[in-house]
Amino acid sequence: MGLLNLLFGLKSFTHGIHPPYHKDTADKPIRRLPFPSRLVLPLNQHIGKPAIPLVRKGQEVVRGEPIAKEDGHFSVPMHAPATGRVRAIELMPTPRGPKSDAIVLDVYEGSTQAVLWSQPREMSDLTAQEIIRAIQESGMVGLGGAAFPSHIKLIIPEGKQVDTLIINGCECEPYLTCDHRIMLEHPKALIRGIRYAMRASGTRQAIIGIEDNKMDAVDVLRGNLSKGSPVRVEVVETKYPQGSEKMLIKSLLNREVPAGGLPADVGVVVNNVGTLAGLGHLLPKGQGLIERVITVAGPGIVNPGNYRVPLGTPIGHILQQAGYEGARTEFILGGPMMGPAVSAMDTPITKGTSGLLVLNEPSIEEESNRIWPCIRCARCVSACPMHLNPSMLGQMAAKRKYEEMAQAYHLNDCFECGCCSYVCPSNIPLVQYFRIAKAINREQAT
Amino acid sequence: MSRKPTIELRTSPHAHAGDDVVKIMRNVVYALLPICAFTIWQFGLSALALLFVVTATCLLSERLFNRLNHTPSSLSDWSATITGLLLTLTLPPGFPLWMGVVAGFIAIALGKALFGGLGMNAMNPALIGRAFVQAAFPVAITTWTPAFFEERFSQFIPTTLTPPFLQSPTIGEWVAAVKVDAFSGATPLALQKFEGIQTDITEMLLGTTAGSAGETSALLILICGLYLAARKMLDWRIPVMVMLGAAVTAGIFFVIDPARYPDPLFVLCSGGLMLGAWFMASDMVGSPVTPLGVIIYGLMIGVITVIIRLFGGLTEGVMYAILLGNAATPLIDQITQPRVFGEQRTSK
Repeated sequence: MGLLNLLFGLKSFTHGIHPPYHKDTADKPIRRLPFPSRLVLPLNQHIGKPAIPLVRKGQEVVRGEPIAKEDGHFSVPMHAPATGRVRAIELMPTPRGPKSDAIVLDVYEGSTQAVLWSQPREMSDLTAQEIIRAIQESGMVGLGGAAFPSHIKLIIPEGKQVDTLIINGCECEPYLTCDHRIMLEHPKALIRGIRYAMRASGTRQAIIGIEDNKMDAVDVLRGNLSKGSPVRVEVVETKYPQGSEKMLIKSLLNREVPAGGLPADVGVVVNNVGTLAGLGHLLPKGQGLIERVITVAGPGIVNPGNYRVPLGTPIGHILQQAGYEGARTEFILGGPMMGPAVSAMDTPITKGTSGLLVLNEPSIEEESNRIWPCIRCARCVSACPMHLNPSMLGQMAAKRKYEEMAQAYHLNDCFECGCCSYVCPSNIPLVQYFRIAKAINREQAT
Repeated sequence: MSRKPTIELRTSPHAHAGDDVVKIMRNVVYALLPICAFTIWQFGLSALALLFVVTATCLLSERLFNRLNHTPSSLSDWSATITGLLLTLTLPPGFPLWMGVVAGFIAIALGKALFGGLGMNAMNPALIGRAFVQAAFPVAITTWTPAFFEERFSQFIPTTLTPPFLQSPTIGEWVAAVKVDAFSGATPLALQKFEGIQTDITEMLLGTTAGSAGETSALLILICGLYLAARKMLDWRIPVMVMLGAAVTAGIFFVIDPARYPDPLFVLCSGGLMLGAWFMASDMVGSPVTPLGVIIYGLMIGVITVIIRLFGGLTEGVMYAILLGNAATPLIDQITQPRVFGEQRTSK
């Protein structure tokens, strides 16, 4: 913990960076957009086995109806985000890169934004098992970007003791403000979701961690919590990547998740605020996840804001609605530090997409982006939140010593937050080197 | 969407802190300029000519090796300029220009190009150049001239214009003729070591003493170094650790025998220690990257400097101490790998 933070009592982790945050959309209330005429719903929006379609070409579906079922325990179902007709089930572009099977839905013109399919249930009667089952049925995944099935997270592995639920309200990526708006606008649903998650995981206390650049959200949530509530709000330093699970656990509880381990190893379960607010909203109604809030921002956007969009909305539709300009453009899904760049306008918003950014950065061909040799300035070493040595790893990657990187220099502890590339004065694409190294190691292991 | 935009695909992160190598190097040059200006004011035409000739040699050599290696020109990264300026600042102001050319060429050729250019060199190129001429021209490199002699802007120090491949003339008569109060022809370090005469600290801080072109004013070097450290273009821990290591080592001996050994403040302000600590030991390329390694490296340079000064045949040890530190850097880095987040340190 830095000296200043010790003095001022702000909780934080060591290292990390302070990029310009550009949280200009923080005061823009969540709005809806008109439905697009077509939705693209990849079957593998979540981590785990892809869902199995329940519909066939030409079939009519109503908004909210299940259209794909989970494939076993490590998988989640999908629901129709709009009323319409299944056009096809075919290969479509996805944010992750390779094309994958997707249900393509033609949306009926003028179809309602009310959800037509629900199975209300009395939540207080449910056991932990039943809540976990209900979460899986809702198709909920980590909405912070990981898209990890939420019910899996809440099942405590055999032999592990979990005492704390951490709710991640850091939103440390620049530009993104959707979680911030959810905390401001839906505190009751969020707290309901926290209660469900606590019951499902059997945790006695819950801590909502929020960066100190969102004090209004801190106040709103504290105002909604009664005295003696097992849920409390803690303020943490605004620093990237505060919102990474391991960093936030370190900041709040001073516990270190062991290398290669899970939060459960130190008695913690972490969930994102958007995920739990979603559960608080969906579980009592027995509905599925069909839409999410995304931040549409960046210098290339005419009307930046926070929008609630149906899953599967092609980014071209959002850009048309929000307007964009700029001759040279980068389209990013998620935040600028970790989000992938996309080129296809029919790439859909999926469960794990937290934002759509349009950046007008200087072109890669410009002199300012020239790659220089490593001058061993050690800025990456003091930026890496995992305390790795990116300088050394980068030089080893250049020599293709991929196995040694993993064995002797902890390559696999890198979670690709991008801090090293961000600070590198030589513009060395360190994170990309590490991705390649990991991919090659994985390939050789199989 | 009337115009068709160019879509750029690149991998995350899509943001950058903004500093680049060129900017860092340029700031080092800025930080060195006041020291260069001071040396010109102090030693006049000779210092100006030496700065120009040595730096030009470094730049031309860099270009030559770019050509030979078929690499794009690296003059724009300012690193060769820094080498040239730093090298000049470590030489006596009246150093023969032709020897300066040798020093500049060796610095770039053996110190940098041989290893593969910027970032690849194991040791500080300027110091490689200096070590070479120290061995090759032992007389010229220890021929000191008084600071602030009157005709410094109208005439060269006689040694400056020594014809190529000849040794420099003796300048005892010239020194006697330029009428400077009480100039003994020796640096404070030599005075202390061989004659036991203590130079006034104020003089060493301000730079009115004899010495290498850029090492005389400890105060000015400190200010310029602090500027770089404040702009985060220099790791302040290295110079601080060098100074700490030197001061503590000197302090121990001073306590043992104050009559024989110099006090720590004298050690810090004399010779090339300030310049070496702030501008050469801190050179990023040759110093460790790990937090613990940086501390070990700095302390090591400080301690070795003082040991050479007190017990070696030479009056000054900064240069060899830094070169030794550079040589030890890969090893230091290797054994001081930081504890990774979440790593369980098992007793091996």
